[in-house]
Amino acid sequence: MTTLANGPKPSRERWRYLDNFLNKPGPTSDPDWLPGEQTINGLETSKVLVIGAGGLGCEILKNLALSGFKDIHVIDMDTIDVSNLNRQFLFREADVGKSKAECAAAFVEKRIQGVKITPFNGKIQDKAEEYYMQFKMVVCGLDSIEARRWINATLVGMVDMENPESLKPLIDGGTEGFKGQARVILPTMNACIECQLDMHAPRAAVPLCTLATIPRQPAHCIEWAHIIAWEEHRKDEVLDTDDPEHITWLYQKALARAQEFNIPGVTYSMTQGVVKNIIPAIASTNAIIAASCCNEAFKIATSCNPWLQNYMMYSGDEGVYTYTFETEQKEDCPVCGNLAKNLTVNPNMTLQEFIDSLGERAEAQLKKPTLRTEEKSLYSQFPASLREQTAPNLTKKLSELVENGEEIGVSDPAFAIAFKYKLVFSS
Amino acid sequence: MVERPTTPPPLQGPTAKEKKYDRQLRLWAASGQQALEDAKVLLLNTGPGVVGVETLKNLILPGVGDYTIVDDVDVAEKDLGVNFFLEESSLGKSRAEETCKFLQELNLEVKGHAIQKSVEAFVEKPTILDNYTLIILIGPTKASGLLENISQHAWKSSIPLFYVHCAGFFSHFSVQLPAQFPIIDTHPDPASTQDLRLLNPWPELLIFMREKVGNLPWLSDHEHGHVPYLLLLLHFLVVWKATRNGKPPASYSEKKEFAALVAAGARTNNAEGGEENFDEATANVLKSLNPPSISSGLRDVFEADDCKILKNDSANFWIMAHAIEKFHTANKGLLPLPGALPDMKAQSSDYIKIQNIYKAKARSDLAEVTAIVRQLEKDLDRRTPIEDKEIEAFCKGAQFVKLIKGRPLRVAKSTESLDWSDRAEVLSMELENQKMVGLDSLLPIYFAFLALDRHNDEISRLEQSRREPNPLKDIPGARDVSGAVFPSPKFAESAHFYTPAVNSEKDPKPWPRFDTPEARETFDNVVKELDRANGAELHNIAALTGGMVAQEVIKVITKQYVPVDNTCVFDGIASKTAVFNI
Repeated sequence: MTTLANGPKPSRERWRYLDNFLNKPGPTSDPDWLPGEQTINGLETSKVLVIGAGGLGCEILKNLALSGFKDIHVIDMDTIDVSNLNRQFLFREADVGKSKAECAAAFVEKRIQGVKITPFNGKIQDKAEEYYMQFKMVVCGLDSIEARRWINATLVGMVDMENPESLKPLIDGGTEGFKGQARVILPTMNACIECQLDMHAPRAAVPLCTLATIPRQPAHCIEWAHIIAWEEHRKDEVLDTDDPEHITWLYQKALARAQEFNIPGVTYSMTQGVVKNIIPAIASTNAIIAASCCNEAFKIATSCNPWLQNYMMYSGDEGVYTYTFETEQKEDCPVCGNLAKNLTVNPNMTLQEFIDSLGERAEAQLKKPTLRTEEKSLYSQFPASLREQTAPNLTKKLSELVENGEEIGVSDPAFAIAFKYKLVFSS
Repeated sequence: MVERPTTPPPLQGPTAKEKKYDRQLRLWAASGQQALEDAKVLLLNTGPGVVGVETLKNLILPGVGDYTIVDDVDVAEKDLGVNFFLEESSLGKSRAEETCKFLQELNLEVKGHAIQKSVEAFVEKPTILDNYTLIILIGPTKASGLLENISQHAWKSSIPLFYVHCAGFFSHFSVQLPAQFPIIDTHPDPASTQDLRLLNPWPELLIFMREKVGNLPWLSDHEHGHVPYLLLLLHFLVVWKATRNGKPPASYSEKKEFAALVAAGARTNNAEGGEENFDEATANVLKSLNPPSISSGLRDVFEADDCKILKNDSANFWIMAHAIEKFHTANKGLLPLPGALPDMKAQSSDYIKIQNIYKAKARSDLAEVTAIVRQLEKDLDRRTPIEDKEIEAFCKGAQFVKLIKGRPLRVAKSTESLDWSDRAEVLSMELENQKMVGLDSLLPIYFAFLALDRHNDEISRLEQSRREPNPLKDIPGARDVSGAVFPSPKFAESAHFYTPAVNSEKDPKPWPRFDTPEARETFDNVVKELDRANGAELHNIAALTGGMVAQEVIKVITKQYVPVDNTCVFDGIASKTAVFNI
């Protein structure tokens, strides 16, 4: 193993290809940029955090290590499942059940000499600001919008205008089937994940009454089994979507219901897909998006060429199509903007209905919000005493609780910061 | 506690293979997986050789049947800094064998082969290429004439060929597909595949409509709010036509008027102030009331000679296309009904009834097409009948079938200029259009790679002429190129005078050459950046390009989705791609 600080300097022969770009300027590199030793040192001492060691994460770790980064950390709370093996190429059948972060880190460290990869088998929320402060940048390969929003809010909150080191570029990738996107976020400097939230709207939920009384599609029968039948027959158990016995039970309930209504098409695979909200994923798309993210990380760490401003979407369904554009930072972004975001609401809506709508609105997507105005608490999820005290508000109309145009603060256990909204009554 | 019987095992539980490949089977299904597992892919590797290996990784993971790596290089230290499928112990060993070994670990169901030979030696007898389903060739090729040989043989044998460049922040790949490459299962957006045939309803559908909507004003509120929108539209079409000489709304303004007529039928004296099914009906007026038409892709198919003139050995695709064309003519412009129904507000039993009416109609259309196919098979004296499920798939996707017309690769040579006359107009428009929207075209990236090929060809010829007693006479300025080392300033120069020639007789329209300032600037920058790269691959660009090439290979092998037609470039500085039909 080569040591970073005191050992003998390893030969650069191994990095001969990479050095062509680090030792020479190019036609589009910044004229003030200084290639050579300083740039190489800067790259090798940049500590990078990778969030997620799944389909994108495996690729990201490989790519960063072969981009000359030497000190990489990786966080993932998941264990390896057999359905990961068609794309998460650092894992083998014998690894099923082990920690993704630990397995991936050990593999890349063993394969590529001189790189140090530090795994953390846990949640991003387990770590505090001081932890995130040690990194030069963060590269995300996540499948959850919630985790993206959490790290985004955390990194935006860490920015201290007096200290340039506190600004951590966030490079984020995502895929679905043959499609994906890569984006570069410089917290507070350009559009953040929250500014772009409406580009990733949640799928519209099927109304409960359709599930309960007039199912028409196989998915309606599966959702019925998932939401209604489970609650009726097995409410004392927590549904584990990774437990084959649970999925089988739901499948059979859904199948029986489908037969009752003559609805064709319920299968085990579809049951699994609906209940776990499975998104198709393949190695090649992960390769494209992860490499795009790491290409940007490399350019940011070395300044050897300009980086992405700030969003590339890729689609491979029909030929190859990319759209590269700059998304605008929003003045009223609840995370990085200064102004409260306008939410148009029906004043006759009850507070409960409003809270439900926060979960579905593309621009909010908050599941367990606690709400307050400047002077009073409207509804508080925690502690229990405060929840009891504020519960009567749930059935009140919004017009009884707030003024038209009044600002409210919304916090949610999933996020480190509070969102600001201005409620505007629809006429 | 509620007593619960133990759950028996699932009726159709997933197999081990289905579990492992679950996330991809949701994209290309068992049929695509089978095609992938039957495929034998050949990688002809050269240069730093990362992009080819990264492509294979993305094919081995999803379970391609068999791969072969041809590469004559021994692993050097610099390989370890760019190629993930090598390790310390690989140093000095065959790169073909070492990369093959580490790739093999990814999926034990896949068969890997390593051939330690130069590409040139391997294709000495080009018929060896016939053992493979698909070829990936990495450029620039070392020996003069090699690219042309491989391209010509692949063309003759109808083997798809991918030609890939990856250097520094740029990459390019061209796909040489057979002259005719039809795709039935293009996976169109589900929202665009609805053909409800509302302007051409058939008796069963009308009977059910009258049964449900005949007494619309007298329905209870519950019933009224649950009439499927499709029946509402049919009903109001009858009302409309009664006062318009039997003609349906055609123009945009007529459709707006019709939508207003439908909307006026909703009951509003309820808590919601309207009815969801009526909202769905008005929202669907514009897209559901179009007279039958066929897509340009299908028109291309109908107009192809192979579709018009069938032979005993015509591909199944053409027999079916011919049958669909006959159906289309016999049914006054209608295509076989796909039979799929969108979800809509409705009582379960009504919805299922309509679904069954659509399915029955789709089956009878399919039967009509099948009868035509069987008759054609008889007339042509064909032995093996086309499988029913193949005909069914064609009928379902008829509107969206696509015929890609493959073209041979353009091979850049130092001895002659490429003839661009057949493409001048298209390429000219590309440069013009991008300029008009204020963007730089990425086309010069492709030309820079061609210049690189041309330059390599020149060097290779020079080397050859040194070895041979009679130096070749056809090398322009060959003496200027000093030695076989990559003379970088020479490369840029070589690139500069590489301007596609235009035949002014064949193409009288003038088109921008590289002399235009915008194209020239992009071109110069790409050349300088390639010069900076000096033949090096960056791992990220190789991995990204390997992902793109693998996606396209999968689409070609499974004959699903739509592959690139036919040249794609990637710019890793701007993070953009572009596709050109070269």
